[in-house]
Amino acid sequence: MLAFILRRILQSSAVLLAVGLVAFSLFRYVGDPVNAMVGQDTSMEERDALREKLGLNDPAPVQFFHFIANAARGNFGLSYRTSEPVGRLILERVPATLELSFCAAVFVLFVGVPMGVYTGLYPKHWSSRLLQAISLIGISLPTFLIGILLIMVFAVMLHWLPSFGRGDTVRVGWWVTNFLTLSGLKALILPSITLGLFQLTLIMRLVRSEMLEVMRTEYIKFARARGLTNRAINFGHALKNTLVPVITVAGLQLGSLIAFAVVTETVFAWPGVGQLFIQSVQFSDIPVMAAYLLLIGLFFVLVNLVVDLLYFAVDPRLRSQGGGARVAGH
Amino acid sequence: MAQASRSGLSGWLHRVSDSDVWWSFKSSPMTVAAAVATFLIIAVAFLSPVLAPHTPFDPATLSLSDGLKPPVLVSPDGEWAFPLGTDDQGRDVLSSIMYGTRLSLIVSLAAVGVAMVLGISLGLISGYFGGAIDAVIMRVADVQLTFPAILVALLIDGVVRGLISVKRHDEIAIFVVVGAIGLSFWVSYARTVRGSVMVEKNKEYVQAARVIGLSPLLIMVRHVLPNVTGPVLVIATLNLGLAIITEATLSFLGVGLPSTEPSLGTLIRLGNEVLQSGDWWITVFPGITLAALVLAVNLLGDWLRDALNPKLR
Repeated sequence: MLAFILRRILQSSAVLLAVGLVAFSLFRYVGDPVNAMVGQDTSMEERDALREKLGLNDPAPVQFFHFIANAARGNFGLSYRTSEPVGRLILERVPATLELSFCAAVFVLFVGVPMGVYTGLYPKHWSSRLLQAISLIGISLPTFLIGILLIMVFAVMLHWLPSFGRGDTVRVGWWVTNFLTLSGLKALILPSITLGLFQLTLIMRLVRSEMLEVMRTEYIKFARARGLTNRAINFGHALKNTLVPVITVAGLQLGSLIAFAVVTETVFAWPGVGQLFIQSVQFSDIPVMAAYLLLIGLFFVLVNLVVDLLYFAVDPRLRSQGGGARVAGH
Repeated sequence: MAQASRSGLSGWLHRVSDSDVWWSFKSSPMTVAAAVATFLIIAVAFLSPVLAPHTPFDPATLSLSDGLKPPVLVSPDGEWAFPLGTDDQGRDVLSSIMYGTRLSLIVSLAAVGVAMVLGISLGLISGYFGGAIDAVIMRVADVQLTFPAILVALLIDGVVRGLISVKRHDEIAIFVVVGAIGLSFWVSYARTVRGSVMVEKNKEYVQAARVIGLSPLLIMVRHVLPNVTGPVLVIATLNLGLAIITEATLSFLGVGLPSTEPSLGTLIRLGNEVLQSGDWWITVFPGITLAALVLAVNLLGDWLRDALNPKLR
């Protein structure tokens, strides 16, 4: 198991290095770091001097090393658009995105899994069929369209909930939170549902099909023959055995939540990292894009690593010697 | 075997109508409805220059006095000339939707084509030759798979914007979007094809082909590729739905197709800007069209996946 973990960490580092290389190439070759730092009237000589001072004439591997070392300290250079340090721009917006994604994830898991279990246990019931049909529509609606529809109904027509921004926030240290005011909590509702709905339908459909498959197996029949209660069979035996694929997909979907936060934040004018990223794409603000890529890469690699390690917790087969090798090989 | 010996169109029709796939298609009314809806939307979209009542993106035909007319059926202010109303520039919403759907479809189909050709080629190479080439291609795939397709597409789009000027960008926006979506979708094809190729290449028929001296390219295209068309077709159909959504999302975010050449996503973005003032029809009708199109394509993809899956028969 230790060998497996070490190998996974090594693989993750390799992925991160590759992402770092892409981010570095963007930063160094697509954008020009000097342009962001000087005015229009700076002479060529001054630019060259700055270039030399920043180490932009060094060999590429040395520059790459400096880029990564700087990134590790949170120094990503200056934004082309606002001339502010990119690290600070992103850090200011991290809490908004994390709180939104967290609420969406809670919504997805605590609504999606029970719905999946229910529709999997009673696939013929009319309410299951209805949920299944709605979920198919949910998968076909793009995130931004769901957001617009929710705004139209709950903000423009009914005036129940705000349609943009975070509402009143409270600063706790450097973290700005929504959770402590009523208007902050109200502002979270529509964006969280928008962000989570697509993943919710995915999780529901996945849990449903896994449940359907598991319920057909011999050991469920045997458990029934042993006279176990429905509760013990449904949750102790069936749901537990659907967890491996569910954890994989849920983990990867957690990553997607952060990615689709880009869309949701744009629809709801939510001042998070995703909105910053979209602005940077529109203005081709390369330093922000490079920093975002690195951060997202780090986040995804960590999520994948945690998901792989969670397998050991839920699947006892993997804890044996041979099992570890099998997972590593896939 | 008797059917295989017949030739021409009638033989082909007979084989189709006798197959499991056709049977499963016929016995699912939902799938038939989805196929009809997909066909209708595609037909109307591609015939929009003939069918559309107006040419909404020719400024000469527009009049600002026609602006912001509501749909006919919900308000007495509507005019039959503009059945679904007009936007703030006086453009007919119905005609905009028809042209926009056509553009969305062109971009998505082209993007799926790019992804398919790229993914199949890399998957064939990777699976057939193995070794270092395989390792490099699959590691790139792994890294890319770490990120959702929409982010990859956004990044590619942003990088291209950084490389070229804004004015040039509007002219080639359609190619940028096709390339960005295509490049972000190739991985699933490559993985599937690679897996199948690795199974097929050790079978006797491939060895026989090798023994009689056929070139690797010919063996791959003529003998291995036909055996992987099923899964590739399923991925392509499901991908088409995703590509339509991705294109619409990029355009909605303002980094896809420009407002001079709007797709469904661009139309929704333009409508969303005036949504707060209550002019809902500019957003809602393109939205419904988009959702219906994606839903129909997804239903077809779902059905195809089940119909071609031997486990479920």
